[in-house]
Amino acid sequence: MKKTATQNSPPPLMVSNLSMRYHHKPVLTDVSFQIPEGKTIAIVGPNGAGKSTLLKGIMGLEPTMGGEICFFGKPLTHKRLAIAYVPQREEIDWDFPINVFDVVLMGRHGQLKLWQRPSKIDKDIAKQALNDLNMWDFKDRQISELSGGQQQRVFLARALAQKARLYLMDEPFSGVDVSTEKAIIELFKKLKRQGKTIVCVHHDLNTVGEYFDWIIFINARLVAAGPVETVLTKDNLNKTYGGRLSLLNDLTEKMYRTQLNKAHDTD
Amino acid sequence: MDGFTLFPPPSFWDNWLSFWRFEDINVLWVLMGSILLGMSASVIGGFAFLRKRSLIGDALAHAALPGVMMAFLLFQTRDPLIIFIGALCSSFIGFFLIDWLPKNTKIKADTALAITLSFFFAIGLMLLSYIQGLEVSNKSGLDNILFGQAAAMTEEDIQLLTYVTLFTLITVVLFFQKFRLIAFNQDFARTIGMAVHRYELLLALLIVMSVVVGLQLVGVVLMAAILLTPIAAARFWSNQLSHILIIASMLGALSAIISTQLSYLAPAMPTGPWMVVSLSVLFILSLLFAPKKGLVKRYFEFQALRQQVAEENILRTLYKLLERKEFMHNHFTQADIQSFRNMPSSCLQSTLKQLGKKGLIKASTQGVQLTQSGLERATQLTRRHRLWENYLNQQAKLLPEQVHQQAERIEHILTDAQEAQLQRELSNSQSDPHGNAIPTTHKADKTQDAISSTSNTRGGENFD
Amino acid sequence: MINDIWILATASLVAAACALVGVFLILRRQALMGDAISHSVLLGIVLAYLITDSRALPVMLGGAVLIGLLTAWLSDSLHRIGKLQNDASIGIVFTLFFAIGVILVSLYTGQIDLDQECILYGEIAFIPFDTLTIGGGGNIADGFEIGPRAFWSIAIVFMIVLISILITFHRLQTVAFHPNLALSLGINTVFWHYFLMTLVSMTTVASFDAVGAILVVALLVIPASSAYLVAKSLKGMLWSAIAYSQTSVAIGYTLAYQLDSAISASISVSAGLLLLLTILILEIQKKRTHNLQKAS
Repeated sequence: MKKTATQNSPPPLMVSNLSMRYHHKPVLTDVSFQIPEGKTIAIVGPNGAGKSTLLKGIMGLEPTMGGEICFFGKPLTHKRLAIAYVPQREEIDWDFPINVFDVVLMGRHGQLKLWQRPSKIDKDIAKQALNDLNMWDFKDRQISELSGGQQQRVFLARALAQKARLYLMDEPFSGVDVSTEKAIIELFKKLKRQGKTIVCVHHDLNTVGEYFDWIIFINARLVAAGPVETVLTKDNLNKTYGGRLSLLNDLTEKMYRTQLNKAHDTD
Repeated sequence: MDGFTLFPPPSFWDNWLSFWRFEDINVLWVLMGSILLGMSASVIGGFAFLRKRSLIGDALAHAALPGVMMAFLLFQTRDPLIIFIGALCSSFIGFFLIDWLPKNTKIKADTALAITLSFFFAIGLMLLSYIQGLEVSNKSGLDNILFGQAAAMTEEDIQLLTYVTLFTLITVVLFFQKFRLIAFNQDFARTIGMAVHRYELLLALLIVMSVVVGLQLVGVVLMAAILLTPIAAARFWSNQLSHILIIASMLGALSAIISTQLSYLAPAMPTGPWMVVSLSVLFILSLLFAPKKGLVKRYFEFQALRQQVAEENILRTLYKLLERKEFMHNHFTQADIQSFRNMPSSCLQSTLKQLGKKGLIKASTQGVQLTQSGLERATQLTRRHRLWENYLNQQAKLLPEQVHQQAERIEHILTDAQEAQLQRELSNSQSDPHGNAIPTTHKADKTQDAISSTSNTRGGENFD
Repeated sequence: MINDIWILATASLVAAACALVGVFLILRRQALMGDAISHSVLLGIVLAYLITDSRALPVMLGGAVLIGLLTAWLSDSLHRIGKLQNDASIGIVFTLFFAIGVILVSLYTGQIDLDQECILYGEIAFIPFDTLTIGGGGNIADGFEIGPRAFWSIAIVFMIVLISILITFHRLQTVAFHPNLALSLGINTVFWHYFLMTLVSMTTVASFDAVGAILVVALLVIPASSAYLVAKSLKGMLWSAIAYSQTSVAIGYTLAYQLDSAISASISVSAGLLLLLTILILEIQKKRTHNLQKAS
């Protein structure tokens, strides 16, 4: 019964013809895919393939050069509360004077008006999220006093506190200890049971088949997207890790450099 | 203020003339000194800029202030050399503090700069106010180094200025290759065994010296601009470092001439602000009008590209119309074109006029018609468009409905060589993902024959 | 004696307002922007005065905020359009604005109650002589004197800053901690950037009479940096920044009294000395724990 419901509802994330650049260099060109609800999905590709950029483009954190992104059939602004984003750990000033509990509580700010303080309910949700990741004991720690794995758990707890339906995570497994890795896997299972969807940038090919249901292969463009059983093939791996299409790369760069896209749109 | 009325009083011109006749020999020296300073500060600022430490000059200039005051307090003299050494010392302390803070504490690099700058400046001001309360001789004029006062420079000041700036310029010329390598890629420089640290220190010394020696002329507060603005302006003129540095030094010299002159015409005026304003004007001019990367140039290039895209789009549309009529009919109205391509009429008409001028189309009462060369170009564009669609479809695995938009753009920038490469990589593709035939050059010749013959016969029928 | 109290009260309000705003400047990595705006504000003050011929607080605030926001916006545009590094574009804009300000001051010295000295030091010692009167119509002598103009300016701005921070504390915290998270939560980070720049402009202009255009940088950056080193939460950082700033005022005032030096400069110097002291203590602590670990 549940299955039919999810099949009829729009996909949690649909990306069509998304293009992004860094200065004049094309990072992603015409990426299109959509993902099913209630699955764990890995974005896989070599270094510099644009995996993190893809997530940022999807979340509107970096400008896109074109394309359309729909969450549950709607643009981001209508569905913000249904989406939680977990950035890479390196992005943050870990010396920032703030404790663990306050970081997790930030996850509730999407729901709050400017002048509103977090309520008892918000605090309970944050507490629950910390408990789910076994981090409650650390709630008063300043964030610089945490280990790498603990920092990652705090980020995940913050995303949990957002009570979203779709989770977008940038390399949650990178540089964490074994126990954190296990905790994250447990978290994935739990979220999946609740029908949530998880999209992760992932770099470890050894574990991708084990941890995820779906794979999106990226190398500056979409190589393949689909269930693990069908797309995790030698052919797709070769294509993903076999270097870029040089003509596509060169000409897209030239297009950005000459501002051709703008010249074309304005006529 | 007199200089700002529409017709300056005669005294203004008299002063101006007397300045340029160097009636006061001191003027010549000050002018020379400030030109040299403008040049050396711009060049050395260039390396700071490349090392992504644009505001280091600002901090170091502020950091020199307590040194100046301390030197005066301790030795009770205004001997330029002693003041210079004092300033050099405290500037260097500032330099190390800026480096030390972010490495050893949580404080971030930009904050460290702001801290050093304001802390040292405060110490300097505190000492200055303390000195002013003391009963010592020749303390007046000590505050000239805050905003700079070219007219107040003494002969010894200028001598020192000349030596230091010449030293800086010569050192930069001698070590240009090394400095460039370090500025460009420090890690690489280290791997090839260069004593990077030593050169960094030398560079720092040159920066500090240039800053300190310029204080009399430009002042503590605005020294940053003398190091920074010329190089930022010069960057719009060239891509080659040696050219950029030469242009920057010329801009620096020019602003030095302007400001020194103003300082003489209106002695109450501080020199520094005028130097900064003239530099900024030069910067804005460069930003707008530089021949390669100026905004105006970029704007015109963009407009030309837009025109080209509009023209080529119409050629392609004409080709598609022709294709639809199976190359039997070569006269199309504006409405025909607009049914294929959404374009405002005014824009369409002006573009058609341009195409006519270039001899790519011919307009007649029946509508527009592709000429021989127009058809060749249109065929080429269509071929490129469809080849690119095939490429995206086959190699980038895009679906047929996803390829058109990209190809619409890429068709305008494909070169002959790239087209040939596409032909090779997609050997024997006859049609695009939508099933349209890919016209070849060879085939184009044939259709050309067909068109010219049909239109000839038709024309004959119609008019005879 | 009453003059001393006015001076101290003004100085401590200036220091407190700067410390509060400075905390967010540092956390947002915008210390150099604070430097830039505090310089540019001079032009705002001079222009506002030349255009309106008035020194009323709203006029000064308006001029300063406009110029402050213009500085921030121009730096950003120059960074994007001219493809210059961020700090380079900041440097070009603020030096130009400051230079024009200084030129205007020296051109219209007779008309403006400003000179090059007061740009640098402020005139905190003379503050008590420029008083505000209310009532009495055109005749000042009939009015009721309520105290120095500079004191009331900074008092009002301090209240604005305090209330802004109290109301928007959580937004400011989120934006400062993690701009990308804030964006993903739907918070308009550009708005909050310019909001902070507005607070900086208002604070610097209200502090201008007391400490001038450049020493205000010290008050913005240094107490907040000391607080950054010791604080464990944002609230703690705000409180300790205020504590540091007030201590600097007390020490600085004494120092100035003893040495007969400029009050504003002495306050800034003591703020710096407190920072160095904090760093020294932290370094010693670090060494000691390091040694203890080694021993065990």
